[in-house]
This record gives sequence, C-alpha cells and structure tokens, in this order.
Amino acid sequence: MSATLIQHQAAFASALRRLWATPLNTLLSLLAIGIVLTLPAFGYVLLDNLRDLGRNTSGVQEISLFMSLDAGKREVGEIENRLKQVTNARWRFVPKEEALKRIEASEGMAEIVASLPRNPLPDAFVIEPENSKPEALEVLRKELAGWPKVEHVQLDSAWIKRFDAFLRLGKLALTLLAGLFGAGLVAVTFNTIRLQVMAHAAEIEVAKMIGATNFFIKRPFLYYGALQGTLGGLLAAALTLIGLSLLAGPVAELAALYGGNFALRAPGPGEIAVLCGIGAGLGWLGAQLSVSLSLRKFD
Amino acid sequence: MIVASNLTKRYSGGYEALRDISFEISAGQMVFISGHSGAGKTTLVKLISTVERPTSGSLVVNGQNLTALGRNALPYVRRNLGMIFQDQKLLFDRNALDNVMLPLEIAGLPRKDAIRRAQAALDKVGLLAREKALPVTLSGGEQQRLAIARAVVNRPTILIADEPTGNLDAASASDILDIFTDFHRVGVTVVVATHDQSWIDRHPEHVIRLSRGSQQ
Ligand SMILES: Nc1ncnc2c1ncn2[C@@H]1O[C@H](COP(=O)(O)OP(=O)(O)O)[C@@H](O)[C@H]1O
Ligand SMILES: [Mg+2]
Repeated sequence: MSATLIQHQAAFASALRRLWATPLNTLLSLLAIGIVLTLPAFGYVLLDNLRDLGRNTSGVQEISLFMSLDAGKREVGEIENRLKQVTNARWRFVPKEEALKRIEASEGMAEIVASLPRNPLPDAFVIEPENSKPEALEVLRKELAGWPKVEHVQLDSAWIKRFDAFLRLGKLALTLLAGLFGAGLVAVTFNTIRLQVMAHAAEIEVAKMIGATNFFIKRPFLYYGALQGTLGGLLAAALTLIGLSLLAGPVAELAALYGGNFALRAPGPGEIAVLCGIGAGLGWLGAQLSVSLSLRKFD
Repeated sequence: MIVASNLTKRYSGGYEALRDISFEISAGQMVFISGHSGAGKTTLVKLISTVERPTSGSLVVNGQNLTALGRNALPYVRRNLGMIFQDQKLLFDRNALDNVMLPLEIAGLPRKDAIRRAQAALDKVGLLAREKALPVTLSGGEQQRLAIARAVVNRPTILIADEPTGNLDAASASDILDIFTDFHRVGVTVVVATHDQSWIDRHPEHVIRLSRGSQQ
C-alpha cells in the first residue's frame, strides 16, 4: 500500500474518531445540516411528483387539426401522408360523419343535429406527439397550420403552459432556496472545523515542526467536513421520507376524490446517494475554506 | 553535514539574536552549542531545523542549502532531522506510544510497522514499559526521554536537542547525556544546545560558544 493511501486511511479513521469524541457537538451539527438539507430535498421531491402528475394526466398532449369544410378525400389523403412522415407522433383521423354521430349521441343534441340541413363539422385529426414539451408542441402546431387545406390547429395545452410555468417558477425558487441552504451548510461546517482546528492546535504545531505537509494536516479536517455532510445528507433523506409518509395518506384521499390513484413517489437510493454526495461536497468545501484560513496562523 | 557561513538572524522586532556565525559540523560528530541564557542558542537551533530562516548568510544541512529552499520543501527537510525542542512539545492528549508514532504517521508508514518501530524507539530510551502512559504521568526525565524517542523514531542522520536537561536533576541529566552518546557512537550527528557546563567539560573538543549573539 502506498504512503498516500495509508495517510488517507489514517485521516479518515481520525476524522471518525473526532466525530465520535464529541457526540453532543456532532449530533447538533448533524441536526443543523440535516434540516438545512431537508427543505430543498423535500421541495425537490414535491416538484418532481407534480411534474409526474402533469405528464401522466391523459389528453393533455393532444393537438386537434381541423380541415377546411371544402376539403375533399384527396386533401385528407395528403395530410395523412404528411402525418405518416412525422414518425414521433400517434394520430387518428376523425371523419366529419363520425364527429357528427358523437354529437348526436350526446343527450339533447339529436334533435338539433337532425334539424341541420347538412353536416357543419369538418374532417379532423387528433395528434398525440411523443414529445409533449410545450415548446415542441408549439413548433409542431405552427408546422401543421401551414399545411394545405388546414383550417385550424388547436393545442389543447393552455393549462399545460400554465402548469409548466408554475413548475419552472417552483424550480427557480427551489434553486434559490438550495443555494441559500447550501451556503448555510458550508457556514455550519466552516464553524465546526474552526473549533476543531483550535482544539487540535498543539498537535498541528508539533506536526508542522517535525515535517508534516499542509496537506497532511488538512486531510483529517477535510474528511471530517465531508463525513459530517454525508451523515447530514442521510439524516435529511430520512426526514424527507418521514415527511412523505406523513403526506401519503392525505394525498391518496385527495386523489381518490378526483377519481385517480396518484401516489407520491419517494426518492430512490440513487437520489439519496446524490443528496449525500451534495452534503459531502459542501462539507468538504466548508472544511477546506476553514482549515486553509486557520492554518495561516501556524506559519 | 552542517555548514554555516556568516549567519545573521534579526527578529521582526529588530533584535539581532545572531551575528556573523560560521562553523562546520561533519557527519557523526557530537557538538555542543553553549552560552548563557539569551545568547542565541535556541535561535541557532531553530535556523538549523528550518523553523526560522536566517536574515543573511547561508546554511547547508545534509547537502541542502536551506536558504535557497522553497516553503514547500521544508517539511521534507524537517523529516530528516530528529528535533528535541526546549519545551519538548509532547502531546498531552495521547499516550507515550502515540506520541512517538506521530513522525511515522507523517511519513505514511503502515500502522503495524509504525507500532513496531515506535516500541523499539521507546525501548531504546527505557520507556517501553510506559508505552500506554499519558505524558502528564511521566517524570521530567521520562518526558525528556519520550521526546528523544519521538525524535529518533524516524532514524534521522542528525539529532538536534535544545537544552535537553534544562530542569532535570543531575542523575536524570546524566541518563540523557548517555543516550545522546549512544546515538553518537552509532554514527548519528548530534547537536546539543546547553548551558550545562559539566557536559561541555566532558566533551570540550566540539563546542560552538555563543555570547549575546556572537561567536567566541
Ligand atoms: N521570536 C523572537 N522575537 C524576538 N526576539 C526573540 C525571539 N526569540 C528570541 N528572541 C530574542 O533573541 C535572543 C536570543 O534568544 P534565544 O535564542 O532563545 O537564546 P537562548 O536559547 O540562548 O536562551 C533573546 O534576547 C531573545 O529575547
Ligand atoms: Mg533557549
């Protein structure tokens, strides 16, 4: 094993010992970091669920294309041909007769339809593009509207846009919040490491005098910060899961009222790992800033 | 091994602690730096151990010109020196063995080897039985021997001690001198700053005499 690897191992072990040596301080710092990470994590999970909700609500991604009334079989065939080339969309043709029949079937409409001298409805296509992003839908709508004998193209997505705008606002707010709370985590770590350096001042002084590099001295503190952040991330994940399980009942009831069966999706192991990774990274950053600043006193 | 030419050290307050010091210590010698309190002994030891840098003059240790070395090179120079500080600088929150382990941890030795070597060093100064003892529970002489064990555990070619018998009784002081003599016999270069005249009387041949910062 190389000397560097041995030193890393030793630094890691020493960081663990130092965390363990002051259980109350460690617990308080972990709680602070855990809570700081919980709020953005919880916000992220909620937004993610909302986005799923928006995506899974059926019918939202439809585009209706209405032919002009004077369009004949040949023009309809042309549109069909063109749609066939748009491979990333499912579509179906709604002939005007079928549309009329559907209206007839609705209650109270039969007589009205019967009194019409001729079918006032156009032939239509209902298109379901795979890419349901509002921007992509808009592009497709413009294209369709330019096709021959197309009277009107309607995007059934006014509320998608609103929902999307809401999600984007939420994301922005979440990013700001996460930035703020990330800075909080760095600050908490900065302070704990400052206290740690003070507590180990004698050791640092001696180690430097007998040939320790700055990096040797920094290492245990960096591990300390990263470990503290990781554990804080785990705590935040636990708090988020608890929060979600508390919400699960009410959400299910609400969904049932609307005839759906929507269930909140909890963060998976990958997402928890990312949360811990962010905690570790920010903890490391706080430790790095703190120890670099504190070590200047020892030169 | 150690060559000083026209060394001068002025502290930041302006006080000139050393003035135009020149000497040469060859490998395997045992040399004393003598002088009254305030003569500049500690300052000279600090220059050799790179804790302080000279204001002017040059200092070559182990073939390396210390005055030309960058800050990042200093740790590696220090590792090749066995330092015994005037105030010992033992760590009071860890036991004797862990104190001696510190230089080996810095060098990145595997823990098992480090323990074995630290125990051997403790054995050499007669403290193996006290390896688990905290420094506060050791006598003054034992603390000094612990400091020596930490200084030699890395097998340095140069051993530098600053007033190693400062406040020890005559018997303990004599033990310490015997330990240094043992290292000198196996070829280690030993430099001892002391105001203890009895030591100098026993080895009068290699003495650097300082008086108020000047060489005599
Ligand atoms: N860091 C310092 N700053 C200013 N003056 C110092 C410093 N260290 C030592 N001195 C002064 O330098 C002189 C020599 O000190 P020192 O080398 O400790 O002598 P000795 O070890 O022989 O007693 C003393 O007058 C002391 O006050
Ligand atoms: Mg002195």
